[in-house]
Amino acid sequence: MKNTDRTNIYMIGVGGQGIGLLSEVLIRAADYAKLNVRGVDTHGLAQRGGTVQSQLRIGEGIYSPLIQEGTADIVIALERTEALRGIQNYLKPSGIVIYYNTSWQTLGVRLEETEEVKKEDIEQAARKKEAEVIEVYKEDLGDTRMQNVVLLAEILKRNILPDIKKDNYITALKDLMAGDKLENNLNLFNSLLS
Amino acid sequence: MKSMGDMLLRENDFSEIVMGNTALVRAMIESGTRVVTSYPGSPMPETAEAIRSIPKEDRPFYFEFSTNEKVATEIAFGASVNGHFSTVFFKSVGLNVAADSFVQLPLMKLKGGMVVVIGDDPGANSSQNEQDNRHYAHLSYMPVFEPSNPQEVYEFYKEAAQISQEREMPVILRLSTHVCHAKQKVNFKGYKPFEFDDTPQFSSQDENYVPITSKVFPMKRRALKRIKDFQSYADDSKLNELIDNQNKDKGIITMGVPYLSLRDVMEDMDDKPDILKLGVIYPLPRKVIAEFLKNHKEVKILEELDNVLEKDIKVIAFEENINTQIIGKVDIEDWINEYTPDKVQEVMAKSWPNTFQPKDLIRFEKKAENRPAQLCPGCGHRSAFYAIKKALSKEDITVADIGCHTLGFLPPYEMGEVLLSMGHSTSTGTGLSLFNKDRKVVSFLGDSTMFHAGLPGIVNAIFNDHNLTLVIMENDTTAMTGHQNHAGTGANFNKEVEPITIKEMLEGFGVKNVYEIDTYAQSKLTEIMKDAVNEEGFSVVIATHPCMLQFTRQARKKGAYKDNKAQIDQEVCRQIHECVQEFGCPSFSIDKEGKVTVNDDLCIGDGSCIQTCPIDAIEMNLSKEGSK
Repeated sequence: MKNTDRTNIYMIGVGGQGIGLLSEVLIRAADYAKLNVRGVDTHGLAQRGGTVQSQLRIGEGIYSPLIQEGTADIVIALERTEALRGIQNYLKPSGIVIYYNTSWQTLGVRLEETEEVKKEDIEQAARKKEAEVIEVYKEDLGDTRMQNVVLLAEILKRNILPDIKKDNYITALKDLMAGDKLENNLNLFNSLLS
Repeated sequence: MKSMGDMLLRENDFSEIVMGNTALVRAMIESGTRVVTSYPGSPMPETAEAIRSIPKEDRPFYFEFSTNEKVATEIAFGASVNGHFSTVFFKSVGLNVAADSFVQLPLMKLKGGMVVVIGDDPGANSSQNEQDNRHYAHLSYMPVFEPSNPQEVYEFYKEAAQISQEREMPVILRLSTHVCHAKQKVNFKGYKPFEFDDTPQFSSQDENYVPITSKVFPMKRRALKRIKDFQSYADDSKLNELIDNQNKDKGIITMGVPYLSLRDVMEDMDDKPDILKLGVIYPLPRKVIAEFLKNHKEVKILEELDNVLEKDIKVIAFEENINTQIIGKVDIEDWINEYTPDKVQEVMAKSWPNTFQPKDLIRFEKKAENRPAQLCPGCGHRSAFYAIKKALSKEDITVADIGCHTLGFLPPYEMGEVLLSMGHSTSTGTGLSLFNKDRKVVSFLGDSTMFHAGLPGIVNAIFNDHNLTLVIMENDTTAMTGHQNHAGTGANFNKEVEPITIKEMLEGFGVKNVYEIDTYAQSKLTEIMKDAVNEEGFSVVIATHPCMLQFTRQARKKGAYKDNKAQIDQEVCRQIHECVQEFGCPSFSIDKEGKVTVNDDLCIGDGSCIQTCPIDAIEMNLSKEGSK
């Protein structure tokens, strides 16, 4: 991705997956990188197992924290169905989608009324938008609530947000957690980068 | 780790990334707010989380979650007439509950000043409607300020606080969901902690506080005069802003979230209309608006929800004899949903298609399946709905109320078929029971909601001897809004207190048949429900189980969480699918061949599913050690 004037980052997942932390780390890291930011998270009802989204806008000439359909430079998804939804609704043509390859089945799938979203469905949707797809998964992660850190490390490794540096993320993580939790997250983050 | 509490009390200038709800708390502190009250409701509860981050002994104001919005309003009022600057905050529909007392506020001399913060919810993200509370300003003669982003939340509250204290009148600060939850870097001013004079100042000698019969008129006269006098403030207020793009033809009058959306939509346009962004939205800045109208050939009024500005502005144009073409709402869709940038694009294109050209989007035929909210893994309400459904026939009528258990309306339970408002269920159920001998009526009601507005309906069912069954879905918290305490939990916002025991309370009221059972005892609950619905008169079943989301979080904090997981014995499983499709815990996954497995990311090892399998194919995989 080129370092253009404005960058829209659309994050999507299922309530309970820890999208709030991911979004909070990113907005703080962007701020530490001296970028102008606006963001917003889903609160309230949808947090109970529904689709949750966080939006982050970086750059000059931005007002609302809300991203327009089809204009997200980057879609970060924590789950397959939500990755597909993010691509369909928000990803801009030739954008980047980075998703954690796990599935929290929707009610329709569990009732055998709809089919589960597969990796191929995501790739097909991305092709239609000529977008780049990055699939992320870590075997034996232990704590599923750290999937967001795996995504974060991949974003840094691939230099998807060139203005935000490793130190910015680490300072942000230190703002948001302490003790064992911080240590576990930092250890994982660092190990994934090496 | 950064401490929000320390930040909120910092005495020098600083800036920090915060959401609107947090910026609001800093503004309360800087303004010398002395008493703050609320009842939990989205989009406002994070305001209380910010307050909680300040240790109680350091908190410069008293805060409580009251039992409902009306009570909260009355407490803030009582504090204000005693000389304390106070604030009450709650969600959109909370104002309906508060309204009986709220509409009286302008009649009173509010010695300490009082700000009412309302979190409206365009888009009905977490509400049963998207009512536009700007209407209440006309009804109650109260000025309304509306910020569009967190920086403005901070500044507008401080302004509202000052006006309210100077003029001893109530002021409304109207927020909306994406103002409350928007995050940005806010520049905060330093402040010096206040030294409060807590001498009680209430005096009924100097001032009449009892509006009864002819006493109402002088009070109403004063309220009207105050709002009329406020007009000159509105006209000079720095909260209104003109964005001058040198456009003599087209102008747009807007406010709040639609303003931000409009700026984004216009950002890359060449021929930008001028914008008048209103911060004081009642009473309208008449001169400023007349001037703006005169300077343009066409003016579009861009406002989300109802046509409140439009009507007032058209009156101004009529009275001032201005011939500018004023374009308001075009069709019904303009009245519906939040004015996001996409929506604003759509709305503006209807009036000025050449200026606001629609985008060409890549569309998909097969959309990803919607994922509405659902009951959490282990939720006691799931066991309750699953068990209660077995006790009822298909024709019986179930009445929902507000809370997590409203989600029982969705498949596979489909329990709770009608919903009005907080606490309505017993009385709506009562109405459904009249002239009804054939279909049993069962109403559901959460514990926090019962204390909020459910008690009058219960008392009425006893008083008028009605025939229905009420199921109290007790989970020992106000779960949906983020686990706030209520009168039955044993603690308030500030300290531990003696809990009100629901069963004892109902027996004290005189309910003859009160059953109480843990919802995980599913077959017993089914039997109890059969008895309860077959009894003549009003019966109550307290279906209790702690909120498992809260329970699991607390256990994790204490290091007491056991990482147990349910698992399916594939040798035994015959794919009956009772667990995944009838009980419906989201922890179960199913593959194309119908094989059921447990998603370990979701399962909390509560074991409530084990009893649902008719052939005992679910077992518990016990973790060897506690996990954090």
